[in-house]
Amino acid sequence: MEFLADIASLTNSTLRISTPLIFAAMAGIFAERSGVIDFSLEGKMLMAAFVAAVGSYFFGNPWVGLLMAIVACVSLSMLHGFASVTHKGDQVVSCVAINILIIGLTTALAAAWFGQAGLTPTLTDDQRFLEITLPFADALRDVPIIGLIYSDILSGHYIFVYLAYISVPIVYWVVFKTSFGLRVRAVGENPSAVDTAGINVFAMRYKALAINGVLIAFAGAHLSTAVNANFFREMSAGRGYLALAAMIFGKWHPKTALVACLLFGFTDALQIRLQGVELPTIGTIPVQLIQAVPYVLTVVLLAGFVGKAIAPNAIGQPYIKER
Amino acid sequence: MVSPILELSNINKSFGHVHANKDINLTIKKGTIHGIIGENGAGKSTLMSIVYGLYQADSGKIKVSGKEINLKSPRDSIENGIGMVHQHFMLVENFTVLENIVLGFEGELIFGKNLKKAKTDLKNLCDTYNLNVDLDSIISDLSVGFRQRVEILKSLYRGAEVFILDEPTGVLTPQEVDELFKILRSLKEEGKTIVLITHKLNEIMDLTSEVSVMRQGEVVGHTKTENTNREKLAEMMVGRSVLLRINKSKVERGDVVFKVENLTVKDDLDVTRVKNVNLEIHAGEILGLAGVTGNGQTELLEALSGIRKVESGEIYLNDEKISDNLGLLNPRELKEKGLAHVPEDRQRMGLVTDFKAYENLIFGYHDQEPYSKSSIMKENQILDYSKKVMEEYDVRPRSPNLMTSNFSGGNQQKLILSRELNENPKILLVGQPTRGVDIGAIEFIHQRLIDMRDKGAAILLVSVELEEVLSLSDRIVVMFDGNIVGERVNKDVTDRELGLLMAGVA
Amino acid sequence: MSVVVDKSKVPWWVSNLIVPLVNLTLALIVSALFIFIAGENPLQAIKLIIYGSFGYIEGFAYTLYYTTNFVFTGLAFAVAFHCRLFNIGGEGQAYIGGLGVFLVAINFSFLPVSVVWLLAIAGAFVFGAAWAFIPAYLQAKRGSHIVITTIMFNFIASSLMVYLLVDIIRDMDQMGPHTVALPENIWLPTFKDLAALFGMKIRYSPLNLSFLLAIAASFFVWFLVWKTKWGYEMRAVGHNTQAAIYAGISPYKNIIIAMLISGGLAGLLSINEILGVHHKIVSGFPAGYGFTGIAVALMGRNHPIGIFPAAFLFGILYQGGSEVTFDMPNITRYMFVAVQGVIILFSGALENLFRPQIESFFVNRLNRRVEA
Repeated sequence: MEFLADIASLTNSTLRISTPLIFAAMAGIFAERSGVIDFSLEGKMLMAAFVAAVGSYFFGNPWVGLLMAIVACVSLSMLHGFASVTHKGDQVVSCVAINILIIGLTTALAAAWFGQAGLTPTLTDDQRFLEITLPFADALRDVPIIGLIYSDILSGHYIFVYLAYISVPIVYWVVFKTSFGLRVRAVGENPSAVDTAGINVFAMRYKALAINGVLIAFAGAHLSTAVNANFFREMSAGRGYLALAAMIFGKWHPKTALVACLLFGFTDALQIRLQGVELPTIGTIPVQLIQAVPYVLTVVLLAGFVGKAIAPNAIGQPYIKER
Repeated sequence: MVSPILELSNINKSFGHVHANKDINLTIKKGTIHGIIGENGAGKSTLMSIVYGLYQADSGKIKVSGKEINLKSPRDSIENGIGMVHQHFMLVENFTVLENIVLGFEGELIFGKNLKKAKTDLKNLCDTYNLNVDLDSIISDLSVGFRQRVEILKSLYRGAEVFILDEPTGVLTPQEVDELFKILRSLKEEGKTIVLITHKLNEIMDLTSEVSVMRQGEVVGHTKTENTNREKLAEMMVGRSVLLRINKSKVERGDVVFKVENLTVKDDLDVTRVKNVNLEIHAGEILGLAGVTGNGQTELLEALSGIRKVESGEIYLNDEKISDNLGLLNPRELKEKGLAHVPEDRQRMGLVTDFKAYENLIFGYHDQEPYSKSSIMKENQILDYSKKVMEEYDVRPRSPNLMTSNFSGGNQQKLILSRELNENPKILLVGQPTRGVDIGAIEFIHQRLIDMRDKGAAILLVSVELEEVLSLSDRIVVMFDGNIVGERVNKDVTDRELGLLMAGVA
Repeated sequence: MSVVVDKSKVPWWVSNLIVPLVNLTLALIVSALFIFIAGENPLQAIKLIIYGSFGYIEGFAYTLYYTTNFVFTGLAFAVAFHCRLFNIGGEGQAYIGGLGVFLVAINFSFLPVSVVWLLAIAGAFVFGAAWAFIPAYLQAKRGSHIVITTIMFNFIASSLMVYLLVDIIRDMDQMGPHTVALPENIWLPTFKDLAALFGMKIRYSPLNLSFLLAIAASFFVWFLVWKTKWGYEMRAVGHNTQAAIYAGISPYKNIIIAMLISGGLAGLLSINEILGVHHKIVSGFPAGYGFTGIAVALMGRNHPIGIFPAAFLFGILYQGGSEVTFDMPNITRYMFVAVQGVIILFSGALENLFRPQIESFFVNRLNRRVEA
């Protein structure tokens, strides 16, 4: 029984920990499918976390915080578009600029406005999102198996967790079953074909980037107004990069990217679970080393299995019409 | 009197200092096939891109069916019944035919009813014009000829009345060209108007009823096709009389210099593209390799020059085996043994366009003396050498310090040619030596190749321009689907016969 | 309407001097806006920055000390970038480089001082290079994107070093995560020590002999990239991999070489920090200098002649910035991280924002003068 409970709690944490990764990976799919590299998921996630926390704190409502985070992230996406789509700047440099800018700006402003070293004030329960208990979760708790799955694993998550999993089929549907998705994919594969079909290539890329901004905002808000009750310095901790690796590993496809995100989530959940635990024959693994596991896994995934992942054909190249 | 469907008046367009179109006036009559002929860089494609809304003219007026229109994007042109089949197809390779055709004209956000209707409409169009395209195929699985039909179908579906075709035959076999012309004629019979952009005189004579000639951004002549002939058109095109045949002295060919035995090569996706190929090239001989793009010529050239791994087979240079179990020696060792290579794609492979000209003039030979010594580059020697070579090959502008991307296509090609010919190679591999090069440079390049041959070099010439293969080669082999499907001595062969071989029919 | 300029007519000083200066000015204007948002007076901040970095000799020495760090990490980024590799792992490579310095210095301190220094330089270089090797190898062989792998290696380096500093090489008599101090005889002489030789008495500043190493490294990179066959080949691979293969230049080999040199240069940061300043490994000593190198390199257009002044400018920002953080409670050093981001944005991603306009302005003016 204890084993089952262990599994349940591990699954539960996997679902939760994967959440920001899923939003970020879905955001990445939109940008990269349209032909724009997005290493700036990290910076945008951090920005969203900061703005959501600050917004919730000032307006006393986490939804306002979320809304402000969306506005902030879409603006950053537009900045990335302005540099790399309109002005044909190097897309990776633009992303690196955004990431460094946001690491500095969020911490500096937190310090300037709240006087604590890169922290925002702790949010009260009114100011943040709380766990949602699904209907009948308490009643069903003691039913074998069903209780475990429904009440212990599926119930009791923040709203973002549910939204993340709902977003995957929606993203799939938009990308593959709508004319908008067709155009986004086309613009990432052969922008000239799109241009000659009378569609504005730049506008398509901006639209894809706008959606990217909305999705990544959810990831940041989840970090600072749901699982945590404040923003702290560099709280995104590389998740943007992890998500990007998951997306590449998932071959720019929502379903397979989801699987990769869950793998990251599971590894992270396991790593937390194993901290300080005495393992047979190995003993206790030092906490610093065990924390590095997700990063090592990222490298291993990119190295071992991606190999010939075929990126959208036009990715990273600005569209130049005139000769 | 047939009414004009398209009228251009005083169209001007500049790119920086290049005046690509100067005061163009042009009238296209409804229901005709109208040819626009001119050499590379004469401004034909620019003009048609303006008509298609891709570029905006700096000044001038465009009328469609008598009504003046303002073309801001291709959408405006499409809505006015103008369709265009570009030289490089505007297709998304990993989409289906259907997806490519509806792109931009889906008519619904969520795919459903309209997509079904599009499918039936397209099937009807296919039947009417005998296009025979499977709507569910993925583009990358289709042959070039079929991709072109998809482009035509795309314009039809969007309701085009005027079809602009930009150099449509460059990539086709003569038989595919016949098929295309059949389709174009049936379009004309249905009352559609065709604008054919080409630099090939035969096509103008065969197909069009009117022809306009462009030179250096201007329309320099306009006539009914029946009132002109090839020589007159050629003269108008170039602005002076030109030799349409190259003077080639007869040279006794020497011993076999280069021998390829049972060569098999795969591409990046692990598909076998060169299948058991055997070749022999003699000293003082140009062996032409004809074939439709994508039948393994690229992979063959890359393998022979040491760029691509060899799956199996052997290669000899003067009886010395230059391949081992791992494939060929690497390109640098091959150069030392006397193999030079002018690659098919000069910008992607032959040059580093972000290097200065002098850096490109030693590219691949940079670790040889006198260009470098003990790994240190000898800039002065390189510059002296560059000045000399640029003079000799008449590269313009003659500034070795200029960024390579600032040279025109023809001058870039001369940079490559001078580099590769300067070492007096025993075997020269040449791919598409005159693609995108203006006519003056073409003559120059052809003459240089002939000179090399006369000096006793063995030359393998790969070109999709049948005319080029025919005018330069002593012997011709044809490649189809990775195989050498035929060998002919040049003087005994017709282009029809080669065409059948190229199509894999004979 | 976009402006088209005939590139061959643009004087070098317009593209390489005027345009970067305009971009820098724009970046500084945006940065001033941030300072305003944080609730301080930007003009006052600029005054403090100038005073802090130039106003007194120790301040200026501090400026040069920071410059030293940025030259190393800027050169590191630039070398890789010539091969079109985004090595944003300078931070981790510098950190591991510190391990090399420490191990060499502690084990060979019995040797003559100058030999120890040379060995320490070698140690820093080799360890930094080694940390860059795996991302380089994975990029070359497996196509794993180097931006992600080098970032991951920053995280991994940080975890590894904290583990080592806590559990393995910590000075066990102390609580903090740092090693024992290196023997004093092998410390690099500081500016203060050197000034004392000439009878000048100044207060301590961290500026030390590493500054000369930074100058030497700049010459080394200039010579390597522009004067040797290796540099030529690295640039060929960076600009056009296909063409490089055609010319018989191995992209694989050059990616590895460029990254090893890049990692090695980043590793040299630890000569300044460990042999020159801390004299032991302290947790987190690279302190973001690795990332600043990106901005330095991009501002300096990846050329040592540009990188040196860019590094100096960042030295001013850092030293002057710390003066600002003393006097202005609302400004923390993170504000200057944000400023770096803005500079990367304007001199990197948005470098073409006004380039066509500026270039055509000068081309037209010069033409008019020729015609007149």
